[in-house]
Amino acid sequence: MQVALFIPCLSEHLYPQSAMSMVKILRHIGAEIDYVDGQTCCGQPAFNSGYRKEIIPIAERFIKLFRHKQYVVAPSGSCVAMVRKFYYDLDIHPNLHQARDDLAAKIFEFTEFLVDVARCDGLGGSFPHAVTYHDSCHLNRELGIHEQPRQLIRAIADVQFIEMEQSDICCGFGGTFSFKFADLSIAMTERKCRYIEESGAEYCIGADSSCLMNIEGFLRRHGKKAKTMHIADLLAASLGL
Amino acid sequence: MNLRASSTRQYIRTALKNDNLRQAVNKATQTALQKRLAIVEQTPNWEDLRLRAHSIKQNVIEHLDEYLERFEKKCGENGIHVHWATDAEEARTIIKKIVRQNNVASIVKSKSLTTEEIHLNPFLTNLGVETLETDLGEYIVQLLDQTPSHLTAPALHLTRQDVGRIFQQKLGVDYTENPHELLQIARKKLRQKFLQADMGISGVNFAIASSGAFVVIENEANARLSMGLPRIHLAVMGIEKLIPTFQDLPLFLKLLPPSATGQKQTVYVNIIGGAQYDVLGEGPEQVHIVLLDNGRSKIAADVELRETLFCIRCGACLNVCPIYQQVGGHAYGWIYMGPIGATLIPQFLGLHEGRFAPFLSSLCGACHEICPMRIRIPHHLLKLRNQVVEAGFSKKGEKSVFKLWAFLAQHPVLYRLTTWLPGKIQIIYRRPFPAPGYWRKRALGLFDSRGFRRRFLDEQKQRKRRANIDQQHGMTT
Repeated sequence: MQVALFIPCLSEHLYPQSAMSMVKILRHIGAEIDYVDGQTCCGQPAFNSGYRKEIIPIAERFIKLFRHKQYVVAPSGSCVAMVRKFYYDLDIHPNLHQARDDLAAKIFEFTEFLVDVARCDGLGGSFPHAVTYHDSCHLNRELGIHEQPRQLIRAIADVQFIEMEQSDICCGFGGTFSFKFADLSIAMTERKCRYIEESGAEYCIGADSSCLMNIEGFLRRHGKKAKTMHIADLLAASLGL
Repeated sequence: MNLRASSTRQYIRTALKNDNLRQAVNKATQTALQKRLAIVEQTPNWEDLRLRAHSIKQNVIEHLDEYLERFEKKCGENGIHVHWATDAEEARTIIKKIVRQNNVASIVKSKSLTTEEIHLNPFLTNLGVETLETDLGEYIVQLLDQTPSHLTAPALHLTRQDVGRIFQQKLGVDYTENPHELLQIARKKLRQKFLQADMGISGVNFAIASSGAFVVIENEANARLSMGLPRIHLAVMGIEKLIPTFQDLPLFLKLLPPSATGQKQTVYVNIIGGAQYDVLGEGPEQVHIVLLDNGRSKIAADVELRETLFCIRCGACLNVCPIYQQVGGHAYGWIYMGPIGATLIPQFLGLHEGRFAPFLSSLCGACHEICPMRIRIPHHLLKLRNQVVEAGFSKKGEKSVFKLWAFLAQHPVLYRLTTWLPGKIQIIYRRPFPAPGYWRKRALGLFDSRGFRRRFLDEQKQRKRRANIDQQHGMTT
């Protein structure tokens, strides 16, 4: 099983450790890792801000880079959603339509890949802590990935998994939204963090670095005890990798 | 009308500090959501209902001309006067004419967003016609000279203590916060007006094309009284409100009340199928219906965005929206608010006027998930954002930034440099970079100058070296 890594911007530049954890887990389940050098961004920040024309070359470049891979796996739901779903809203060159369709069918978010493609029901391991899980919006609603991460968490032997209130309510990040309407975004993050705190969990697990950066930023800034953790880091830690 | 991002931001800032408002909005939306969920859970074919309703509306909007013609013809047969208004001004002129011809001095109104859309109340008041809202929420909002803050619950942003104070100030009654007593106060004021009014104005929830009849649903009987007691009934309807036949009505009546107020059904379902029947002489002498386009046929012509016309104005997307829940409906600056409002504002008011609205969303998608009509609201918001940008109405300088960024993203070495440098700086200055606004209450993550790529490639090299050593080792032994 050959897995080409798609490492989104935030993972590349802010949370490389989580991406490394993903590599460890993928190797652990026997995948052969392939890194496509020269990859950059999928174009999502510009797309969400209304710039479509500008990112067509980015999307076409992305499709060409990954077109011949068996599987493409990324530690982010929103970036996968961009490629799988929103590339269809771009005027991609007709010559690349087939490649775009193929890519949409073989690009997977990390937990989705583990559970649905690699048929891994859980990795076991040990993590004797209380954790809760935040459903990232694109992951949950665009890709329908809700159960897969929970299944992986529950399979850890001694983890205490607590569902927080409204685990699927937006954390307030929304990319450029968090800058454009910062006050509003912060109010939303505050609410999310309150639910995390009230759950009593030590760690808020997530599968998208962008939400985690936002949540972590608030928790840290306000001296809260709860910490955030990418699910790849959780799995790697529980297996001692 | 002046919708500016700066005034929106200003409003949001004030709203976020208004705990009273936020509590009222939060409580009301949560209650509606819980009640809705209880009903949806008891409706195993809910998804099927949504799909069917979507396809019915799809058909109607794609063949709007035919359905409208059929509706007009059937209305004529039923003695309902049909008037066509291409825009708000024409609608007001038509209504003025009817008002003048019939010497109308006072009007009772039941809640109608479409009449808000054409600013009917101030227009009628200026004509010297006493115009009174009779839906309790709308009545309260009218007393305050505000616009509704929710599609189905106009005074959702107010607590009952607020209402008590408003009644005390505006009506000169003793303060009470007992909902029952408040209702009695309003009822006493309104009852007399129903009997005196010359004309009743209503909106339309659904119009039946094949029968020339229309449906108004409600809970307070005020619509029933407004439509039945005065000698003239005038309804204002957006042309998208049509459904093909009466057979389609139950489906929509199953979807709308649970999504709106969390009710299985509303208390009253009024079907208007004509004017006074001459033998018995009950009901209004004249029934008029104003069919308002006001930009709708242009929206209907857009293959994608026409889906925004499927909206049945239930307000579920408002209730579930994490943004609406924080600041309420007035933040959006127009009579259609919340996620669906954010799609309608630029389409109705123009891309320049409505340029900020599609951006007032984190694109979380909860609206699409809950919408009984399955309108892909985030999808349309994205499309409209693109239209705002293409029309040149985005923030100054933003385009150049994204163009530069897009250039860098096509040149991996340069792209890496842009984060390598901040990463290096942060090694010395171990603090998150200040990001305006964002940073005030949140720390931004730290850049990692090595990045994943470097780490991975280094690790790869090490693994190879190790593998080589192992191999050599194997060969020598």
